[in-house]
Amino acid sequence: MASDRIFGLITLITAVAYIAAATQIQTNFFSGEFLPKLFPLLIGGVAAICSLSIIFRADPDPDWPGGPTWISMAIAVVVLAIYAVLLKPLGFIGPTIFAAGILSYQISFRPVASILSGFGLSLGLFVLFKYALGLGNIVAYRIPKEGQLWDALAILIPFVGGH
Amino acid sequence: MDILSNLALGFGVALSPYTLFLAVCGCFLGTIIGALPGLGPSNGVAILIPITFTLGLDATSALVLMTSVYYGAMYGGRISSILLNIPGDEPALMTTLDGYPMAKQGRAGDALVLSGVASFVGALLATIGLMLLAPSLARVAFLFGPAEYFALYLLAFCTLGGMASNNQAKAALAACMGLGIAMIGVDSSSGLPRLTGGSLHLFDGVDFLVAIVGLFAIAELFFFIESHGKGSSIGVALDKVRVPWKDIFDTKWTMLRSSGVGFVAGILPGAGASLGSFLAYMTEKSIAGPNGGFGTGVPKGVAAPEAGNNAAAGGALVPMLTLGVPGSGTTAVLLALLMTLNITPGPTLFTERPEVVWGLIASLLIANVVLLLMNVPMVKIFVKVLMVPAWILLPGVTMISFVGIFSLTGSYFDMLMMIGFGVLGYFLRKLDVPTVPVILGILLGGNMEDALRRAMILSDGDVTYLFSSPISIGLWVAAILGFVAPMFLRNVLKKPPAITD
Repeated sequence: MASDRIFGLITLITAVAYIAAATQIQTNFFSGEFLPKLFPLLIGGVAAICSLSIIFRADPDPDWPGGPTWISMAIAVVVLAIYAVLLKPLGFIGPTIFAAGILSYQISFRPVASILSGFGLSLGLFVLFKYALGLGNIVAYRIPKEGQLWDALAILIPFVGGH
Repeated sequence: MDILSNLALGFGVALSPYTLFLAVCGCFLGTIIGALPGLGPSNGVAILIPITFTLGLDATSALVLMTSVYYGAMYGGRISSILLNIPGDEPALMTTLDGYPMAKQGRAGDALVLSGVASFVGALLATIGLMLLAPSLARVAFLFGPAEYFALYLLAFCTLGGMASNNQAKAALAACMGLGIAMIGVDSSSGLPRLTGGSLHLFDGVDFLVAIVGLFAIAELFFFIESHGKGSSIGVALDKVRVPWKDIFDTKWTMLRSSGVGFVAGILPGAGASLGSFLAYMTEKSIAGPNGGFGTGVPKGVAAPEAGNNAAAGGALVPMLTLGVPGSGTTAVLLALLMTLNITPGPTLFTERPEVVWGLIASLLIANVVLLLMNVPMVKIFVKVLMVPAWILLPGVTMISFVGIFSLTGSYFDMLMMIGFGVLGYFLRKLDVPTVPVILGILLGGNMEDALRRAMILSDGDVTYLFSSPISIGLWVAAILGFVAPMFLRNVLKKPPAITD
C-alpha cells in the first residue's frame, strides 16, 4: 500500500509540475497561441488523474529487496555513471574492465571470477566491436590530458560540472 | 495474382546470397538471445538496433537482419521456458505450463522440437495472413484523416493498457510518461524548445533507443543484482533429440486453430503476442476439456501457445505496417527500427516503397524456414547457451548496450539518461507498472500530437470534429471498451498460475 501511495504522490507532483511547465511553453506566430500547449496539458491532466487513482486505490506492496541489495544496486548505478563519462576520455578497455568486473561482483560475489570476467568481457567485446563489426568510434585506450579526467568526473557532481 | 508478383518483388530484394547470410546470422543470434534467460525479443532487438545502425547496412539488409533476430528470439524464448521454467518474455509464459512438466517427464527433446514446429506453423500462417490482409487494410487506411489517426493512437494505448497491467490507472500513467517524454524538444511548428528545462542536451528530444535500451536491458541488470542470478541452472536433462512425428501429427488441428486465434489477437492494436498465446492456450484447454490433461505436460499444451504466440507476432505486423501502430512491445521495437532506418510505416508505405514491405515479408518467410531447419538439429547447441552464468552474461549485455548508444550518439548525456531509464524501469516493474506503454508513448507521441493539432487546425478548434466520422466514432468506442472491458473480464481472463517445483 505504502509503495503505491508514495509512487502516486511522486507522479502527481511530477504531473502538476509538467502542467505548470506546459503553460509556460513559448509560442509564436507560426504555431498559434494554444496548440503547442494543448497536448502536453492533456497528458499532464490524465497523468494527474491516474496518480490520484493510484494513491486512493493502492495495490499491495511488492517484495522489496533488503538493505545490502540496495547498496549493491546503488554501487552499480554509480559504476555505470562513471563508466558513461570515462568511456570517451579513457577509451574502451580500461573502463570496461573496471565496470564489467564490479557489476559481475555485484551479481556473483566471487572476486576472482569477477576479475576474470571483467578482463574477458573487455578484451572479447573490444575484438568483437573493433575487428568483427568495425565500429569506428571504439578506441582501445587514450591517455587523458591534464585535468581532462577531472572534467569528465565533474559532470557527475551536481552544480560543478556539466556543459 | 497481385500478391504473387509482389512476393516475387520481395524475394528479388531479399533473396541474395548476402541477405541470406544475414538471415542465417540473425536467426542464430536471435535464437541465442531468446534462449538466454532475461533477454527476450524486445530487449534483444533493442540492444542490437544501435549497433546495426552504426554498421552502415542499407535499409533492406538491416531489415532482414533484425527481423531474423526478432523471429529467432521468438523461437528461442521457448527453450528457457521448457528447460528452465523461466519465460524469456511474457508471451512465452504460457509455454512453461505444459512445456516444463513435459521436460520433467524426460521428454524435453520432444517438447523442444514440437514447439519449434508449432512456432513455424504459427509464423508461416500469420505471414500468409499478413500478405492477404495488409494491402486491403492499407487501402482502408487512406480514408483516415487526422481525427481518425488520433482515435487510433488512443485505441492502441487503451487496449495496451487494458491488457498489460492489472491496474488500468498504472498502464494509463505509463502511457502518459511516454507521451510526456515525447513532447520534450524543439517544437516543429514554432521552432522553439518545449519542456527542455533549458538544457541544450534535450533540444533534440529524448532518443527512443536510449529509452528502450534503458528500460529493457539496463533494468534487467538490476533484477539480476537483486536475485544474484539464482534459478538459472538447468534442472532437467536433455539426452536424445529426435523428431516426434506422432505428436506433430496429433496436434495439427491444435496448431491451425491456435494460429488463427493468435493472428486475430495480434491484429488488435496494442493487444499483442501475450494475448495471442494466452487465448490460444485457453481455447485448446476448453476444447480438450478436463480430461485433456492440460497443465500436466501434454503435447497440445506445448503446441497451442507456441503457435498462438508466433501467429500473434505476425499478426501484430499488420497494424504496424499499415497504420504505423504497433500491436505489442516487440513490434514497438521493430517500429523503432524502421524509424531509425528512416522508413515511416503507414498506408503510403505500400504504394511508395513496396520493395521495403514485400522485402520484409519475404525475409520473414526466409527467416522462418531457416529457423525450422536450424532449430531441430542444432537445439543442443542452443541449450548449451543456457549454461552461460549470469555474472558474465549481464555485465556483457550492459556493456554492449553502452557501446551501442555510445556509437550512435557519442554523448555521455545519453548514456547517463539510459542509466536513468534503467533505474526507472526497475521501479516501474517492481510496482507492476507496464513499461511497454512508456516505449509506445515515446515512439508515437509526436505523431499523436501532430494528428490532434492538424485536426484542431482543420476544424478551427472545434472539439466535436474528433468524433465527426463513423470510423473515428467506431475507434473511440473500441478504445473505451478496450480500456474498460478488462476490468470486468479480469476474473474470466485470469492467468493460470505458473508451475512450481
